[in-house]
Amino acid sequence: MAVAAVTKYEFAPADTQDKFHGAQLLYIGWEDHLLFCAPFAFPFPPTMRFGDIIAGVLPGAFGYHPDFAKIDWSQTYWFKSGKPWTPDFDKSLAENGLKHKDVIRFHTPGLHGIKGSCS
Amino acid sequence: MDMTVAKKKLGLKERYAVMTRGLDWTPSYQKMEDIYPYIAYEGIKIHDWDKWEDPFRLTMDAYWKYQAEKERKLYSVLDAYTQNNGHLNVTDARYLNTVKLFLSGISPLEYVAHRGFAHAGRQFPGPGPRVACLMQSVDEIRHAQTQVHAVSNYNKYYNGMHDFHHAHDRVWFLSVPKSFFDDAITAGPFEFMVSIGFSFEYVLTNLLFVPFVSGAAYNGDMAAMTFGFSAQSDEARHMTLGLEVIKFILEQDPDNVPIVQRWIDKWTWRGYRVLTLVAMMMDYMLPKRTMSWKESWEIYFEENGGALFKDLARYGITMPKCAEHIALEKDHLSHQAWSTFYNYGAASNFHTWMPDEDEMAWLSSKYPNSFDKHYRPRYEFWREQAAKGNRFYNKTLPMLCQTCQIPMIFTEPGDPTKICYREVDYKNEKYHFCSDHCKEIFEHEPEKYVQAWLPVHQIYQGNCFPEGTDPTVEGFDPLAAVLKYYHLEHGRDNLDFEGSEDQKNFAEWRGQATKNV
Amino acid sequence: MSTVFLALQTNEETRPIIEAILQDNPGAVVDEQPAMVKINADGRLVVRRETIEEITGRDYDLQELQVNMITMSGNLDQTDDEITLFWKA
Repeated sequence: MAVAAVTKYEFAPADTQDKFHGAQLLYIGWEDHLLFCAPFAFPFPPTMRFGDIIAGVLPGAFGYHPDFAKIDWSQTYWFKSGKPWTPDFDKSLAENGLKHKDVIRFHTPGLHGIKGSCS
Repeated sequence: MDMTVAKKKLGLKERYAVMTRGLDWTPSYQKMEDIYPYIAYEGIKIHDWDKWEDPFRLTMDAYWKYQAEKERKLYSVLDAYTQNNGHLNVTDARYLNTVKLFLSGISPLEYVAHRGFAHAGRQFPGPGPRVACLMQSVDEIRHAQTQVHAVSNYNKYYNGMHDFHHAHDRVWFLSVPKSFFDDAITAGPFEFMVSIGFSFEYVLTNLLFVPFVSGAAYNGDMAAMTFGFSAQSDEARHMTLGLEVIKFILEQDPDNVPIVQRWIDKWTWRGYRVLTLVAMMMDYMLPKRTMSWKESWEIYFEENGGALFKDLARYGITMPKCAEHIALEKDHLSHQAWSTFYNYGAASNFHTWMPDEDEMAWLSSKYPNSFDKHYRPRYEFWREQAAKGNRFYNKTLPMLCQTCQIPMIFTEPGDPTKICYREVDYKNEKYHFCSDHCKEIFEHEPEKYVQAWLPVHQIYQGNCFPEGTDPTVEGFDPLAAVLKYYHLEHGRDNLDFEGSEDQKNFAEWRGQATKNV
Repeated sequence: MSTVFLALQTNEETRPIIEAILQDNPGAVVDEQPAMVKINADGRLVVRRETIEEITGRDYDLQELQVNMITMSGNLDQTDDEITLFWKA
């Protein structure tokens, strides 16, 4: 469908990749840990190594949670746009096929938040 | 002896006819479509504008008379409250955060509503709706002004309200109410009337004003109570206008029914998402609670809205389909919202806190199916950590819904443990949504919502720092720069209520007011 | 029938009006809330000018009610003599 309008109605989208100074947006959510109220939005260069996000960025974002230190990253499984997906930690975001505004989430087996409440 | 009985010159119906339709004329040397250029493009067909009549039959002369009386009443109470240092009589200083939320989130919408009704009124060829829109337009600017005036007294003493309008246009969560109204006023005049006049005023306004005003009354805030009641006395007329407009449009042509139904579906959902802020206010921010969000939803939407949609069924209008989804959220909405503000307490213009033991018990009793299981463990953890000096402040920006602009905090309908993710690819760009309803609204008019000013994305684009900021310098602190852009002072306007300047000042002043020092 | 209601501010002006409403609508139920009186009725509620005038002993213009009204539910119709709230279904 289209907007009902009195004249031509066309505007550029506000959040295209060219506006982020060389970065692309990546959204990351941690399943069963709603202590963090929503998934996070990050601007990363497409050349960034995926493993550097895990080692360098996620501790700052999710480290407050007591479960975070217990994560075994070799056991986590991932979803991209809700479908199972396997990242290569040694490859860049672009090489992993991650595009601007992709959403990924990870599940950490055995870790289900504060007292198992998914918080 | 013969008594001469004073007889009114005209009855109400005749006076209404004379003072509305009687003042109208048919243009002779300009075409109707040139005078009313926005009346056809939305697809609504109107055959006889004279069929519309204000059921209150209020005319402008009577309008001014009663509005003047309302203003006199309002200001006599406000003056007395101020003269008596009324602000020290509120239940406790946490209450004031409700006032901050209202002033920065709602009062600016009153002003936009004023503009919206002025515009809609100008576009309608019928004198009946035109006069009613004029009155509502004047009402709305009165509301904005009296609210600002009433709250200005609090601003002398408490933090976070000093630049509410600046905040409204910039602060991350205020983009939610702002974009809601921007969406409405950029629609055509008929959609505006259905969105604000009907869906917001008739279906949802009771959920906004009645709890807020009775909350103010319960918490000793006579200033907010009196402006609330003064505004609400106009609201009954607005609701009537909203309902009459819907009935009028539906009666004019059967082709209007599906268009109106789509607008009702859209705007009930859009309005409900904005009310997330009210849900949290009712369950968490009023030190003395009036009723729970869930109870208020059941009375004012399920019961009252149920009666309304049953009445509209004769036109072929049905209950908005989002109602089923909303019913699943009513046990969770306020808790998920308060958790969000607790997360981002460093970036808001009011204080947040963890409920105390009594308040947790109240929440458990009002939400037996959800609170203890899903939210209490989270809160107890946060409370323990805060006691250890490790209060949680989330400093990483959240992912937002493209339509409602709320962070993606809402859970799957029926599963409160999983965030609800929805997405759409449109013209090689990805868009994300909190729900099927926000996704459908986008899909219907993607050209509109691709322009959304999403605060998180704007921050990352570098558009939310004070002029002259260089984000590339070493040690750049983006949160500090964003707070400066918001005109908020870190450590004074934001963070936890515990330890705040508001808390300290209120305790000290109340002490002075009740003791000889 | 669904419930219609009218909510008025609690004050000296509305006291006789509420009395009149209850007199004219035997089935109506009063729900007193903080600073607000809500009157619920099944399907239909009438506010009559004459009853208010009898109770207060003065002329009353039903439009004065504008000043003290908080909210309502139902279709509305106002004349010189009556305000009626009603559902058709």
